[in-house]
Amino acid sequence: MTTAPAGTPDTVENATATPGAELPYAELGLKEDEYARIVDILGRRPTAAELAMYSVMWSEHCSYKSSKRHLGQFGDKTTEEMREHLLVGIGQNAGVVDIGDGWAVTFKVESHNHPSYVEPYQGAATGVGGIVRDIISMGARPVAVMDQLRFGAIDHPDTARVVHGVVSGVGGYGNSLGLPNIGGETEFDASYQRNPLVNALCVGVLRHEDIHLANAEGAGNKVVLFGARTGGDGIGGASILASETFDEDKPSKRPSVQVGDPFMEKVLIECCLELFAARVVEGIQDLGAAGISCATSELASNGDGGMHVDLENVLLRDPTLTAGEILMSESQERMMAVVAPDKLEEFLAITGRWDVETSVIGEVTGTGRLTIDHYGQRIVDVDPKTVAHEGPVYDRPYAKPAWQDALNADDAARLPRPASPEDVRTQALTVLASPNLASKSWITDQYDRYVQGNTAMSQPDDAGVIRVDETSGLGVAIATDANGRFTKLDPYTGARQALAEAYRNVATVGARPLAVTDCLNFGSPEDPDAMWQLVQAITGLADACAELGVPVTGGNVSLYNSTLAGEVGKGHIDASINPTPVVGVLGVLDDVTHATPSGWSESGREVFLLGTTRTEFSGSVWAGVIHEHLGGRPPVVDLDAERSLARVLIDAASGGVAHAAHDLAAGGLLQSLTDAVLRHGVGADLDLTGLLERDGIDLATVLFAESGARALVAANPDRGNDLVALAESHSVPVLRLGTTSDGDLDLGGGLTFTVAELREAHEGVLPARFA
Amino acid sequence: MARIGVVTFPGSLDDRDAARAVRLAGAEPVRLWHAEDSLAGVDAVVLPGGFSYGDYLRAGAISRFAPIMGSVVDAANAGVPVLGICNGFQILCESHLLAGAMVKNTQLTFLCTDQVLRVENAQTAWSNQFAQGQEILIPLKNQDGQFIADEPTLDELEGEGRVVFRYVGNPNGSRRDIAGITNARGNVVGLMPHPEHAVEDGFGPGTDGLGFFRSALTALLASA
Repeated sequence: MTTAPAGTPDTVENATATPGAELPYAELGLKEDEYARIVDILGRRPTAAELAMYSVMWSEHCSYKSSKRHLGQFGDKTTEEMREHLLVGIGQNAGVVDIGDGWAVTFKVESHNHPSYVEPYQGAATGVGGIVRDIISMGARPVAVMDQLRFGAIDHPDTARVVHGVVSGVGGYGNSLGLPNIGGETEFDASYQRNPLVNALCVGVLRHEDIHLANAEGAGNKVVLFGARTGGDGIGGASILASETFDEDKPSKRPSVQVGDPFMEKVLIECCLELFAARVVEGIQDLGAAGISCATSELASNGDGGMHVDLENVLLRDPTLTAGEILMSESQERMMAVVAPDKLEEFLAITGRWDVETSVIGEVTGTGRLTIDHYGQRIVDVDPKTVAHEGPVYDRPYAKPAWQDALNADDAARLPRPASPEDVRTQALTVLASPNLASKSWITDQYDRYVQGNTAMSQPDDAGVIRVDETSGLGVAIATDANGRFTKLDPYTGARQALAEAYRNVATVGARPLAVTDCLNFGSPEDPDAMWQLVQAITGLADACAELGVPVTGGNVSLYNSTLAGEVGKGHIDASINPTPVVGVLGVLDDVTHATPSGWSESGREVFLLGTTRTEFSGSVWAGVIHEHLGGRPPVVDLDAERSLARVLIDAASGGVAHAAHDLAAGGLLQSLTDAVLRHGVGADLDLTGLLERDGIDLATVLFAESGARALVAANPDRGNDLVALAESHSVPVLRLGTTSDGDLDLGGGLTFTVAELREAHEGVLPARFA
Repeated sequence: MARIGVVTFPGSLDDRDAARAVRLAGAEPVRLWHAEDSLAGVDAVVLPGGFSYGDYLRAGAISRFAPIMGSVVDAANAGVPVLGICNGFQILCESHLLAGAMVKNTQLTFLCTDQVLRVENAQTAWSNQFAQGQEILIPLKNQDGQFIADEPTLDELEGEGRVVFRYVGNPNGSRRDIAGITNARGNVVGLMPHPEHAVEDGFGPGTDGLGFFRSALTALLASA
């Protein structure tokens, strides 16, 4: 037991008695009018502890104050029909989707961008840890993770530092948790220099009756904090410490990046699942950003009464922490539960069995207030809703950037295209060996894809596929996508394209798309250019979700990704990262063993292209790699065509028509063919002349253009006609290109690639840089 | 039906998967807890993969002191079949039931890959369903998978036929390509690759892993 710190704490009584005391609100990141609003809400100045709570909870990260006004579109544009499979929607730790037979799945993607630049290993590791705790909080067993990574230019001297740290952090934490990593994305682009993106997605499985919510209900119920002890890590910055620290002997600076302990989290997962199974948890919330401030205020705000906490009961790693530091600490691997008094003994027995330290820190009250005492002195007395949910909301100014029209006018169709098969071949090998198309196996081989024994598919297939029910084979497929180059050219279309591609990927393996999660990575909301990109993207994504009938169930917004603005200045075309709306789509498969793989594993299979290819080069990999060009308008997003294509792909999987299927996206047909070949070293004899004639395009367009709503499908023996009939019944253009073979990838007209040269181009790039 | 125990340590990750493999092989899996000292009368024991106690010290260094390990060592010395997979192999080495030790892979990174192994000893309690020299495909996934021992120990292992599995294409720098070894009696086997992840078509590279667990059933039948 610790003793009360020396000195007089800033109590509520003291705050009332000293209305004129100066508080360092600006150093805590609060604006003058925000501080005035807190004073107005409380009817007095806040105590130091209250100020700490408001400052973290009203931060952009926790309050969504710049994006909230626009994020409402996701709810507003979701129809009753779209909610059919939704058990829990936006607002809780993660959305929950009904996948049938009493099973439910919860999933969400989140960012941990800024910490991952400062300290790549711990930033990435705790990013995984945080999203996993969100999933546990819903009552689910986490069953898989994915990671969406964006790094600076591959040849920049600092990129290797970030890549090594982030990849080993994602792997080190996820592998130690026993969660298979089933896919993700990695891209390199100079716009992410000094501003890498580390997004992590987790998916969990539960029975309908096991859903838990972050609600503190039932006066008299106990508030229990368990898991790791609370330490000084992750407190929001030295200014906060300076404002509250009176003890000269204390360390003056603490790391602002949290440090992860995956072993603790693994034990916490198993412990929580046992607590859920024993039905001893009334409500639960993980501790992430803003720590105890967030957990107490959100639980109380979501509940029906109030909450009282005695802060000296929090188990500490460092006994010198002040009340404000305890409230703001972002120490990892902690959970907060609401437990009925008659269940407490059983609760403590279970946490004891797992050697998880647990303390009762307070109880649910009927007062409607969140009160916190520290050694008997009242240091917080607030309405929890004003902390958690009624923070400031801004209508930030936004406007189309001054450079946007010129960028859009610079269409890539003007770029010279190779005409001869020799020139096409040379450029093809260059494009295939570019960092964003090259094989990512150097990264994904550092992740455990097998643990839990339910992984039916993982990277490099189109979607990760996980079995949920061992008896029936019922399972889910998840894919995520974002194209920052397209989104820079047109944020509205780029966001729609990200959804279209993830939706297509999920359908390509044969899954029916059900729900969406998103992580919106954008620049500074105080820059009207970046704010315009954000608003456009949210609108585009919300519209596209409505058109495809898939609801957003939750996600995250990461703003202030504008590190380069310090050099080039606000308003410059390079001030922010390429806007990157990562969109994840979850689909359901009745039997995951029927999922369609991306690679050809047998020769003699007929190969078909579904969809139409247009002269669409703007934002393409080809334009970027061959011509260092980014301009024009991104490819057209035709959601009707996407929906029809998805139906064909889903039916082709369930009907046993498809031998393999792979969508066309970055790198166009060339990349899809290469992926299909390299998976098992099976080549193909193809003839592209029919395609050239039908779509009225040249050879370079056939191979490099990035038109949407297309997929490459190889049919099972004697099922080619069925595929054609299926495509025609959904009005999807279909063309037979040839058959798979034991030899090279022969595209006809003298254009041939050996499997070996494709492999060399594709697989040597990342190891050469990083291994 | 034969009963095969699977021990869960704090930080075990592939314990449920090992139990599934036991079931698919036709035995009854029995969950065992690190803090107990009873083996619940099981006929064989599997120490599963994972990062027990976080492996922040040497892998397996803390688990060997778990109460259940005393019973496992006694049972092993009495001839009960014991299989250590990955972290389980590391624990068996730390417990001195098997020779050698594991250090970080030569490339210093975690490696997950489908690995070809050659069966060098088809006589042990966990490999008798394979043919001598047979090549099998088993997932490998670890960070500290490089098997090392001093030269006399390696010579002894080779000389006594106690190298059970060898890598075809050494993925991590293991001495003499050794993937798995056995004790003098042939009832205790440890290997870094994960046979429990090759037991179902569609969820891993084939079903070669089933042979490990069926070998134990055969060994138990022979000794019954």
